[in-house]
This record gives sequence, structure tokens and C-alpha cells, in this order.
Amino acid sequence: MSYQTEGALQREAQILLREFAAIADGLKVKQRQKIPAQDMPVQDPEIRSHNMEEVALGYSFEQARVEAFRCLQCAKKNCMEGCPVKINIPLFIDHIAKGEMEQAIAVVKQTTLLPAVCGRVCPQEKQCQLHCTLGKSLKDVDCSVAIGRLERFVADWERINNKIVIPFVKPATGKKVAVVGSGPAGLVVAADCRREGHHVTIFEAFHKLGGVLRYGIPEFRLPNSVIDKEIETLVAMGIEIKTNFVVGRTRKLTDLLDKDGYDAVFVGTGAGLPVFMGIEGENLIGVFSANEYLTRINLMKAFDKNADTPVYPATNVVVLGGGNVAMDAARMAKRLGAEKVTVVYRRSEQEMPARKEEVLHAKEEGITFLLLSNAKRILGDEKSCVKGIECVQYKLGEPDASGRRSPVVIANSEFILDADTVIVAVGNGSNPLISQTTPQLNVNSKGNIKVDASQQTSLKKIFAGGDIVLGAATVILAMGEGRRSAASINAMLAANEN
Amino acid sequence: MNTILYKEQLSQDVFLMRLRAPLIALERQPGQFIILQTDDDLGERIPLTIADANTQEGSITIIFQVVGKTTKHLSTFMVGDVLPALVGPLGRPTHIHHFGKVVCVCGGIGVAPMYPIAQELKNAGNQVTVIIGARTKALIILEKEMRAIADELIICTDDGSYGNKALVTAPLKALCESDARPDMVIAIGPPVMMKFCAATTRPFNIFTQVSLNTIMVDGTGMCGGCRVTVDNQTKFVCVDGPEFDGHLVDFDNMIARLNAYKEIERSHYKCFVEKAFTEHTKKLLV
Repeated sequence: MSYQTEGALQREAQILLREFAAIADGLKVKQRQKIPAQDMPVQDPEIRSHNMEEVALGYSFEQARVEAFRCLQCAKKNCMEGCPVKINIPLFIDHIAKGEMEQAIAVVKQTTLLPAVCGRVCPQEKQCQLHCTLGKSLKDVDCSVAIGRLERFVADWERINNKIVIPFVKPATGKKVAVVGSGPAGLVVAADCRREGHHVTIFEAFHKLGGVLRYGIPEFRLPNSVIDKEIETLVAMGIEIKTNFVVGRTRKLTDLLDKDGYDAVFVGTGAGLPVFMGIEGENLIGVFSANEYLTRINLMKAFDKNADTPVYPATNVVVLGGGNVAMDAARMAKRLGAEKVTVVYRRSEQEMPARKEEVLHAKEEGITFLLLSNAKRILGDEKSCVKGIECVQYKLGEPDASGRRSPVVIANSEFILDADTVIVAVGNGSNPLISQTTPQLNVNSKGNIKVDASQQTSLKKIFAGGDIVLGAATVILAMGEGRRSAASINAMLAANEN
Repeated sequence: MNTILYKEQLSQDVFLMRLRAPLIALERQPGQFIILQTDDDLGERIPLTIADANTQEGSITIIFQVVGKTTKHLSTFMVGDVLPALVGPLGRPTHIHHFGKVVCVCGGIGVAPMYPIAQELKNAGNQVTVIIGARTKALIILEKEMRAIADELIICTDDGSYGNKALVTAPLKALCESDARPDMVIAIGPPVMMKFCAATTRPFNIFTQVSLNTIMVDGTGMCGGCRVTVDNQTKFVCVDGPEFDGHLVDFDNMIARLNAYKEIERSHYKCFVEKAFTEHTKKLLV
């Protein structure tokens, strides 16, 4: 499909809106099925692959309403089953269809704290949209109602129109909650505990808040201004923030309870420990974890010529992995001037864990995909700099434990790619800092903190959630865990009261 | 927090600063480091070892050499100024134990991180020999402090302006060959020095610990930029170190990796100095 500008999409939607708004109440299923799915307006690929600005521009008011008309308002509400935080999806979409944006965002916010973030980064085609009755009736998940885009639309509408309402905070209880880590899980816990009237302090190791939302997800996919606004709201709720504070090192985890008067602690330190492949040449100059590459650029602003943190000058980049982080790294390398960027992934496109939209955007931006291939060793020159990578081809075999067909090596299929930079994006292990410094805390063999159904760890008053519990997962699952943890903390503190 | 309480220029490019950091002062142990920024928006994060701490004053002491833009900028901070970002203590503390005879070899600025380690080793009942090496006499720091705790202090300068005209490996080798054979050696200094200290003690099979200062971004295990090859395995200096068995460290790979950004860093430094010079000249003209 050819590229359509934001304006063209809006004009088309205006015409459709006039047609349907008049008969909205009487729309039949057949009619709704025929309303064209609204494409997300995006920056022109040629232009955006040279700038940091957000790729997806967001629906116009008209597009949002037209897309909302597509929802069948079915009785089953299967979409809600696919949502980890159970947003009342049909209801908020119905409000959008009627043009009632304020009500729409209120519905969304009943169950989620960061809709502007989730609308952008959730893998909707594997969650709500996978179960959409419309998509099923049209036998194509790509034809499902664009729930994520609508979620983003109402969240952006609220922010842009300065309609953000600071959540009501109950009178002070005198109880103190410490939140360790300011990623998606931590932010949710902070907000939910603060709402109950507890004093909440967020401890963040970095100099800026947001965790993976800040250092990991690039500006072109999740603008910093969106994160800043969410944090502004938390500050306005009276949440205390301590940056440059590494719990475990600056202060022992248990000291927060024993010496600093906190009544509960939530650990949401994330999966920040990059996994390398363990292949020859991985410590050559020019090999980076995606975490390092993206942190230098996102958090430390290495794309800005006034920033002190350098980024490695890369012209021919190979990215190993097929997840969102691999897509982010590949597209970032392109934006920083790499002439050629190749994603090497050992399964086929169907098994790629990345959001479909990110893969599509990467392709549009000229990223090459080398599928069913994997790195075998990285080759260096006499100065220990990367000069190439030897790969080997795979074919798909039987499904493995994850249900995906597992890749099988094809013998003698080795080949060499030229490269000056290799970015390893094959996942993250659990960050060892908390477990290293809190030996009494139970962790599993992978270093993930063990919790019960209420997110309680093996230590009293200490809860944990997000990637430090789940292993590297998604923003929305981390938020779900945060929500559960906060509920447990609030219940525990309320019980102590009596 | 992070206020500079005291500043002293120890030698041409080496500065000592005492910073208000009560929590770090309380928690820090020998061998640990901090990360600081001189600008918390566009500045880089640099790791520096903690040379000393005073829990009563709630302060830590850092000693740094001007080698690039951030250390140059840091050297312009005055008493009363506040550092925009300071985080720590990071890294695993030194394993302090009664080893017997310990030799602490420090090169250049490496005396600074060695000082608290030597102190604790002495407190743990070890017999401590300190070898300090520098290019020339003017670059030797903390001599008085080290002399106060060491059972023996050996000084080496490259130009012979003070102490022995020798590399630190010469007295180290002599000690290894002597009847007073050390039970353990710790070396902290330039990577090349640590590499050759490890090479010196290897034939004698004397455990030799080195403290590595690699390129880091976060210092908490998140980026892996600091990784080194130890015993053919990848280790992160920030969370697995900074101290490792010197006989197992791949120094050549580490030294190569330290040079990854040399050219960019040089140009940042040059820009900074030129800008500062222009601003200074402008002020003079006004």
C-alpha cells in the first residue's frame, strides 16, 4: 500500500464520519464490517529514518470516531479477556464513537494508569485485538478494531487538551511505602498506594525516572514528553522521588523497613542484565548489548551533538534478535546514520516476538531482515574491532515449549556478513543487585524474585513485580503486577490499622 | 547533598574533593566506587573510586585525574558547589581477610582507591607493603597517608626523581623472590601496569587481585559496556567486580575496549577546553 499523509487520512475519515454519524445508532453488523479500518498516520519513512520524532502520529478526531464505529459492541466482549488489566474496551470505544472523549478516557483510567504508554507499546495483536469479534468475523486479526490506537488517542486527547485530572488522594494515613525502581510496575504501585493516602517514595538508580520507558524505548516510539507528563502527575499527587539511589547499595533493602520507617517495600527493578550469546568475538570493540546502545542514545542523549556520552560510529550494523528491542536498536542505528542495518533472527517472521507494527515500520525504513539465520562468531581485525560476523542458516522443526516451531541448524550453511557494529538484543536476565545485597530474599535459578499470588516475596512487608519477577516481559504485564502488588500493600496496611 | 566541602590540587592534573554524601559514606566499603555527572541532562556518567569516607561529617573523598571533558569540568567545581548527580557506593567490596603478607602495588592515581583497602588490610592484621609508582616525583600522591599505615613503603619513579628509578614490577619481583614472599598481591593502576604486575607474580603462583576501571554507563549491571573476559567468561566490572583475579583477566581485550571512544572523547575534551578558553577570554575583554 502506498504512503498516505496524515491530512489525506483525515480527509477520508471526515467523509466517512459524515456518512455514519447520522445513522450511528442504527448501524448493522454488516455495515460496521464494511467500514474501512483506519490506518495509523505515520511520518514518511524516508524522512523519519533520519529523525528522532515519533513515527506514528496518532489518529485524528475523525479517524478515531470512524474506527470506533467499527466496533460491533458484541455481547461477548472477548477483547477484555485479552487485556491484562481488563480495560472496559467496548464501553470506552462507544464513548469515542459518540465523541465523548472525556468519558472515554475516564473509563480507560479506571483500570490502567499509563494509557498513553500502553496504547503505544502494548502488543495489541497478541492481546485485546487477537480476540476481537470483528477481526474474527473478517478472518483477519489485522482487521480487528484498532483498540490500541484508540487507547492512545484518548490518552493523547486528554494530555494535549490539558484535561488530565490529578487522581484523588485520600487523607494521610501516616504509613510509608517505598517503591524501588521507576519503571512501569513501580509507577503503578506508587500511584495506587498514594491514592490510599500513604506516603510514597520512589527510589530510582538513574538520574531520570521511567526505567525502561526512558532508557530502553526510543523517542521515536515513545516520546519523553509522554513519560514526563505521567511523572508530573505522580509528583502532583505528592509522591516523593529520590533519583541516583541504588537500593541494595546506597541503602540495604531491609534498612528501608528497619531503619527508615517504611511500612512496605515494592521491588520493581526490572530485567536489567543483558544476555550475551556466549559466542567468539563478543567482547570485540563494536559489539554492544541493545541496552547499552539504546541507553547511550535514549537516556544519555548521545544523538545530541552537545551530549558528552559518545555513541559508536556505525555504518554497517548487524542486530541479533527478533523482539521489540531488536527493532528499536536497528531503527535507531539507521537514524544515527548507519548505511546498512540487518536484523538476524533464527526463526521466521511469524515467530518474531516484536510487535507487528514495529517490524512493518522497520521494513519501511529500509532495515534488512535475514531470517532463519543466527550468529556463530564475530570476526575482528588487528585492532580488535568488529569486521564481520559468521552466521549459520536454520530451518524450522517441531514446536518447542513456547509453542513456536524451534529452529534447527542446517549443516555446512555458514556464511559471512560484513559489519562494523553488532548489537546483541537476545533478551535480558534479572538484575542481580537486589539479590546480591539481600541474600535472605528467595530467588529462582534465573535470579527472578519469587512471589506468591499477592506478589509478596519471602520477606515480610516486601513485595515485588514486573520483569524482576516475570523475566523480560511487557510493559502491560509489569503494570498488572504493579496493580496487584499495590492492592496487597494497601490491604496489608489497612489491616495493620485495625 | 553532593556539596563540595573541600578541594585540593594534589598534582598538576590530580584533584582531591570531599563531597557531602552521608548515605554513601555510611555504606561504602573498600574497593567500591561511585558514578557522578557534572551535568545531569547532557553530561556523561563516569565511575570514580572512593578514596576515603567520614561518617561523622557524612562525606566521601574522591581523587581524580583530569583525562577528559567530564574530569576537566569536575576540576572547575569549587567548594560550595553541588554536583548534579552522584550515585553509589557501587561494585562489590574488596574481600578483606587475614592473608599474612600483602603487597599493594599502586600506579599513579591508583593510590587513591588503594588507600582504604590498605587501611583495612592492615586492620585485619596483615603485614602490608605498599609500592607506589609514578612518572615523576611531582605526581606521587598520598605518600604521607600510606607511610602511616604501611609496614614498608617502596617508591618508584620512571625518571628516578624520587625513590627507585624503576617500574613497580621490579620491587614486586624482588619481593616475590625474597624470603618474605607475599601471600597476596593487589595491584591498582593503569591497565598496562596491572597486566605486568599479574605477569610478574604468575610464575610465583601468588594470588594477585586487580581493580578494573572500564567504560561504564549505568554501573548497575544494566548495560554490559564494562564487560571483560575473565577466565574465558564474560564478567561485568560493575556488578561482578571491580576486583578480579589478575591472572585470569584478558588485559589485552580490556585495553583495546578502553580505547573504543578515544577519538570522540578527545574531540569532546578539545571542544570543552576551547569553549572555556573563549568564554574566559570574552570575560577578560569585557
